[in-house]
Amino acid sequence: MLEIKNLHASIDDTKILKGLNLNVNAGEVHAIMGPNGSGKSTLASVIAGREDYEVTDGEINFSGNELSDLGPDERAREGIFLAFQYPVEIPGVSTTNFMKTAVNQIRESKGEKPLDAVAFLKLMKEKMKLVNIKQELLSRSINEGFSGGEKKRNEIFQMAMLDPKLSILDETDSGLDIDALKIVSNGVNALRNKDNATVVVTHYQRLLDYIVPDYVHVLMDGRIVKSGDKTLALELEEKGYDWIKVKN
Amino acid sequence: MSKDDKILKEFTSKEYEHGWSVDFDVDQAPKGLNEEVIRLISSKKDEPSWLLEWRLDAFETFKKMKEPSWSNLNIPKIDLQDISYYSAPKKKKMLKSIDEVDPELIKTFEKLGISLQEQKRLSGVAVDAVIDSVSIGTTFKDKLGELGIIFCSFSEAVKEHPELVKKHLGKVIPAKDNYFACLNSAVFSDGSFCYIPKGVRCPMELSTYFRINASNTGQFERTLIVADEGSYVSYLEGCTAPMRDENQLHAAVVEIHAEKDAEVKYSTVQNWYPGDKDGKGGIYNFVTKRGICNGNNSKISWTQVETGSAITWKYPSCILKGDNSVGEFYSVAVTNNYQQADTGTKMIHIGKNTKSKIISKGISAGFSQNSYRGHVNVLKRASNSRNFSQCDSLLLGNNCGAHTFPYIDIENKSSMVEHEATTSKIGEDQIFYCLQRGIDEENAIALIVNGYAKEVLKQLPMEFSVEAQKLLSLTLEGSVG
Repeated sequence: MLEIKNLHASIDDTKILKGLNLNVNAGEVHAIMGPNGSGKSTLASVIAGREDYEVTDGEINFSGNELSDLGPDERAREGIFLAFQYPVEIPGVSTTNFMKTAVNQIRESKGEKPLDAVAFLKLMKEKMKLVNIKQELLSRSINEGFSGGEKKRNEIFQMAMLDPKLSILDETDSGLDIDALKIVSNGVNALRNKDNATVVVTHYQRLLDYIVPDYVHVLMDGRIVKSGDKTLALELEEKGYDWIKVKN
Repeated sequence: MSKDDKILKEFTSKEYEHGWSVDFDVDQAPKGLNEEVIRLISSKKDEPSWLLEWRLDAFETFKKMKEPSWSNLNIPKIDLQDISYYSAPKKKKMLKSIDEVDPELIKTFEKLGISLQEQKRLSGVAVDAVIDSVSIGTTFKDKLGELGIIFCSFSEAVKEHPELVKKHLGKVIPAKDNYFACLNSAVFSDGSFCYIPKGVRCPMELSTYFRINASNTGQFERTLIVADEGSYVSYLEGCTAPMRDENQLHAAVVEIHAEKDAEVKYSTVQNWYPGDKDGKGGIYNFVTKRGICNGNNSKISWTQVETGSAITWKYPSCILKGDNSVGEFYSVAVTNNYQQADTGTKMIHIGKNTKSKIISKGISAGFSQNSYRGHVNVLKRASNSRNFSQCDSLLLGNNCGAHTFPYIDIENKSSMVEHEATTSKIGEDQIFYCLQRGIDEENAIALIVNGYAKEVLKQLPMEFSVEAQKLLSLTLEGSVG
């Protein structure tokens, strides 16, 4: 589904990714771990197509498309979803309105008719249950005055609404207490199926107790330096990132 | 090249939707401003002598006045002698009903989405349509008449209800009030008149639609609304003009009287031609709007969505004379390309326990300049008065300007005045967030801007609100990345 080859990317002439390779197939969950500044969030942003980053070499293929030709909105319509580390506030725009605009524009791009109010509401009700989110929150300006937990739950709610092929969770566990972490993880797990894939970007092993990965990759200095199964995450937790640095 | 520069370079603004003009026979006064022209206008309208005297008196004063220079606007010299002050679609005889209106004119309004055929209208909005200088028809007159509501053109009101006009004309905005109001008082040609009798709640929205069609003409209309004790009316005003290379002058006056327990809601969606993307052409819009809450517990609420005009100079105001009276001002002013707007309000607290609320949202893009100017004045006897003002500015790009000029004069110790102001830019983060959800750039900007202006837009009547949202998106199309 996602094939990244020799990816080099920089921001303001600072090289961040330096030859990264990654393959993600449908039905899989991959965890990307690494110390601060290793390039985890950059990777998430580059896949989503954020224009601040310049891809200087390599390629990203997604479901047979070379992504460099597509803008962030087109990538989203192809089925790439990014759960933001810092969800953005848009005053005066409710999550409901935000999602309605998004869902219908995605439908339009596929030649489908927009959902009418009743069908949209039904879809919302169904997805709200997944992350235990209240209608009241969705009627408020998106992310404005939301708690850390509410913001992250709202991200997963949006993910459920848009039903993406590839979900990238960027530090979704940061700022969450254990109860919120469980709710968010349960939501993500409920959305997993054989046709979609998830990339979890995280600093800590904790999240992986709840969202169990098939593969764990360690990202350091812009490259994946080690890959393994879920036991690698536990080993990292125990020994720290220095353990890999020393080995290299 | 920075991202913003690139976007500005790529800038392609959507063509002004109402930029067409229609050829019909017009009766036009020769160019020039002088006593003869004023006499001509007055005689064309068969006016009583008191009104001619009033006009001539205003003109005498006007000759001694100078253009105001205090605004934050760069106003090119306007040659008042190069304008025709009267232009009217020719009509052969007096019209008895709307069915006799020239079909070409009816088509013109249909093109604007305004049907003058009453029977075809589903929604309850009564319309007075004004082309160039004259009102060409008013709908739903009979139905409103049953309730004692008078809704007609200004000229007709002068003929049919002279006592009402004489009693209220120039009482809130005296002829000598300011340069442009004074000019209007001398040369105004038509406009709308509305009277709501005691205790009547007007069952439909009343609406005036202004259209400038002829070239080289100015439009000087006058609207007078009188809401008698305990009455209620919601009034809408819309306006468009053809695209022309030269600038056209529009100097209107709107006066509102609200008696005891009366409420008037006045909404404007101003979409005069703003000029092209290089700043050529466009309407110069100098408007004086003021209402008086004359009786206790009365209320006047102004809502405006200003997207058009090359220059906008406009301060819809409230004189809160009655005790417990309420004044409100909700405004969204959008400027793009080389548009300039200096707009705001005045809230004059005279009565006790009077309240005013000002919500102003400025949006600047391109090379435009957008200023809020407001005056809150609490006089000595206005005990326990309250004002709340919020003035927000949103900038799109690096070449535009947003300015705020709040003036506050408080002469009463028991009163409370609050002022909040913010300036922000549309963040790339916000746009990326939208894009990442599959929303394209144009829709993202529309969403963010409409969210920003929501507090004001929700004050508009339903149909107008949808219209205004579309207009905001169109005005800003292509202005950010």
